[in-house]
Amino acid sequence: MNLITVSGPPSSGKTSVILKTIESLKKRGIAVGVVKFDCLSTDDDLLYEKAGLPVKKGLSGALCPDHYFVSNIEEVTEWGLSLKLDLLITESAGLCNRCSPYIQDIKAVCVIDNLSGINTPKKIGPMLKMADIVIITKGDIVSQAEREVFASRVNTVNPSAVIMHINGLTGQGAYELSTLLFDETITLDTLKGKKLRFSMPAALCSYCLGETRIGASYQMGNVRKMEMGEKQ
Amino acid sequence: MITAVQLQKETIERLVVTYPFLESFFSDNNLDVIQKEGLTLEEYFNTFDEEEIENKALDKEQALNSMVEYINGMVQFLGSTEEEAIRTLTILPGTDKSGNPEQFEQITIKQSEIICIVGPTGSGKSRLLGDIEWVAQNDTPTSRKILINEEKPDMKWRYSSGNKLVAQLSQNMNFVMDLTVREFLELHAKSRMVENEEEVIARIIEAANNLAGEKFIPETPITSLSGGQSRALMIADTAILSKSPIILIDEIENAGIDRKKALELLVSEEKIVLMATHDPLLALMGDKRIVIKNGGIHKVIDTSQNEKALLEELEKMDNRVQDLRSRLRHGEQLDNVNF
Repeated sequence: MNLITVSGPPSSGKTSVILKTIESLKKRGIAVGVVKFDCLSTDDDLLYEKAGLPVKKGLSGALCPDHYFVSNIEEVTEWGLSLKLDLLITESAGLCNRCSPYIQDIKAVCVIDNLSGINTPKKIGPMLKMADIVIITKGDIVSQAEREVFASRVNTVNPSAVIMHINGLTGQGAYELSTLLFDETITLDTLKGKKLRFSMPAALCSYCLGETRIGASYQMGNVRKMEMGEKQ
Repeated sequence: MITAVQLQKETIERLVVTYPFLESFFSDNNLDVIQKEGLTLEEYFNTFDEEEIENKALDKEQALNSMVEYINGMVQFLGSTEEEAIRTLTILPGTDKSGNPEQFEQITIKQSEIICIVGPTGSGKSRLLGDIEWVAQNDTPTSRKILINEEKPDMKWRYSSGNKLVAQLSQNMNFVMDLTVREFLELHAKSRMVENEEEVIARIIEAANNLAGEKFIPETPITSLSGGQSRALMIADTAILSKSPIILIDEIENAGIDRKKALELLVSEEKIVLMATHDPLLALMGDKRIVIKNGGIHKVIDTSQNEKALLEELEKMDNRVQDLRSRLRHGEQLDNVNF
């Protein structure tokens, strides 16, 4: 089985891109399944179901979504293997710009959109910098110049990635992406022993554990203060 | 080709002198090098303590490799010149949606030619354009092959981000940035690494004003341009600043822009123009038109002498309509117009 991790900011078009790409993969007779990670709620699993795909969803709820992802990815892989999938795609949202669910030796795809503004590539950390393939969506809503500027900014922060433009609505570019996703020479049996490409955002302060009161005396653990200058 | 080992030993100052484009690399990667220019790259990375590394989500090895990749990519991008000019684009036949072979031997399009693409929605126009952009090699659903300068093309066209084969002018006329025309063009020029920035910007604004019915100035915010002005700016910008040798156009709406001049501008910049349109005025301006049916190229029609004559009539009619439009704009009454 091949495993692909797809991530990107909310509403960047991950689900649309994945669905359009799977259409091409299915025509080649490749058995694909999807696991959707989200925080509070998602209906994207229904879209995958409607497309006739085996799908699981995981909601992280009160936990850091990335920590939740990495705590579950091994079981998710086992699920894919038990269904004898050729290709398992995980989809997760990068919510804090510091997220990065990528795993070493597992193909990593980042989806970002032209509408997010040209300074966005600079703001997104490892999720963009460490991706193997960067998909830029919503190109039909901006000008050629804006597309070129945006792509060049992406290239500055991740010069080694393959950068592709895909229209998630029409599927333009999705066929091309599908040719880069499945590699029949890869057989993944387990994720045990594999490592993340980059550490996840750190946490564990009193607020992680349910504290709601405000004030220094309630703060414990991994707490950091802003630099506010000298007091008047 | 520079390597990571060589890079580490150089001072930041020398690196920026040798590779001026590194300035944007440092700033886009949130690496503050001000007042640290005297340090070698290795020394610079060693100035970060563990907490800073964690907070900046910095990975020294990744940053270094990424920099090597960036420098080599940029050097190649800046060095690519005329020798790689695209003189011809050739389409070799594949099959339509039912698997029937396409009925043509080959279609060769030369620099400065305009080719129109016609066919109902869903007939496969986008797939043809997709095949060209992906320089298909019998590896897309249509099994077509694309040649450049009559040879099997370099596959770099598929993956290069700064050097795309095809630039697209879509129907959309919005900008999503909030900048003046000058700032907008500066941004684009910087990303293309052009040397004579001021001159290029002035040329684009002049060309755009030559296409638009109403003139704008460099200080006009792009968000307050009219539809026609935006369109004119996008076309002039793509013609002059975009490096892509092939321009794809999805209709040009007939509002506040001289479409004939727009096509002339693109052609004068030695672009190959592919245009999906059913507007007779545009379609007949093409040298040929490709008719798409059921996912395949059904036939190729050369624009005939009679059609050229018809185009002249259409242009006269169009000019009259444009004239009336301009008179309305200036507050005139149209009581005594004979049509």
